[in-house]
Amino acid sequence: MSAHIASKKLYITVWASLIVLTVLTAAVSYLELGPFNIVLALVIATSKMLLVALFFMGIKYISDKMTIAVIVAGLFWLFILLALSMTDYASRGWV
Amino acid sequence: MSDSTPAVVEHNPDLRHHFANMEQQTETAVMGMWVFLITEIMFFGGMFAGYVIYRHLYYSAWLEGSQRMDFWWGTINTVVLLCSSLTMALAVRATQLGHRKSTVTLLIITILFGLAFLGIKGIEYWGHIVTEHQFPGPGFRFAGPNTSQVEIFFSFYFAMTGFHALHMIIGVALVSFIAYYAWKGRYGAHYYTPVENTGLYWHFVDIVWIYLYPLFYLISHVHRK
Repeated sequence: MSAHIASKKLYITVWASLIVLTVLTAAVSYLELGPFNIVLALVIATSKMLLVALFFMGIKYISDKMTIAVIVAGLFWLFILLALSMTDYASRGWV
Repeated sequence: MSDSTPAVVEHNPDLRHHFANMEQQTETAVMGMWVFLITEIMFFGGMFAGYVIYRHLYYSAWLEGSQRMDFWWGTINTVVLLCSSLTMALAVRATQLGHRKSTVTLLIITILFGLAFLGIKGIEYWGHIVTEHQFPGPGFRFAGPNTSQVEIFFSFYFAMTGFHALHMIIGVALVSFIAYYAWKGRYGAHYYTPVENTGLYWHFVDIVWIYLYPLFYLISHVHRK
């Protein structure tokens, strides 16, 4: 994993994409979309998170499967926390 | 792991005796760092879950609170952090290539971006606390029908951005420490795990901000100034 050295050009391209996405999310936040303002903002934020995690943190180049298992387990835990909390709160009004 | 008899290799002074080789040592250290970052996801995840629940319960108060954020400072700070992540990634790369001087320079630029972020956060906090009296507690002032719910919004704002800022302060300290040892020539192509792991921490803190920015600054299309 550590043997991999990414090119300077790749890092600069990733950074430029992150800046473009930041300008985009700031610009579209002026649109009146009601509850979808945050949906759109979170979609863009997740793309930015993936760029940082895959390239800057180098997840794309990790060859050690154990480390990948740790990362996936952590994200799955976060999914359980958010999804099960929300299924509770969002469905309370249904009864 | 070797399938033949162990060959005599030149001993790397940075190889601890309980590891078979440098590759195993590095993989172990990086996995350990990821385990730590998972505990950080759990730490911030609890606050994010709390945020999501209260946002669901107090929908309009969240919009009112968000409209009082410093939209431009928040956006500029996002750009500052993304730039710091670039210089951090390039610093790790420079270490891998054994470029001592550019490593130190890039780490110092990363520190400066980190300090710029904290300075801007300080300006925002000053405005919210001193000028606007929006710090939750007996001194909290907010005109509108949902005052106490907006107060909860500001509790989340100060707790989440405050813990993020604390992580930034720790990050600046770590990068300073690493920059000092990089300057002393401690790291290079043969050994750069501490630089790599500090980079992982720095990028993680950046990712937390990538989510804090939309959750606090962008949930309403109405922006202050």
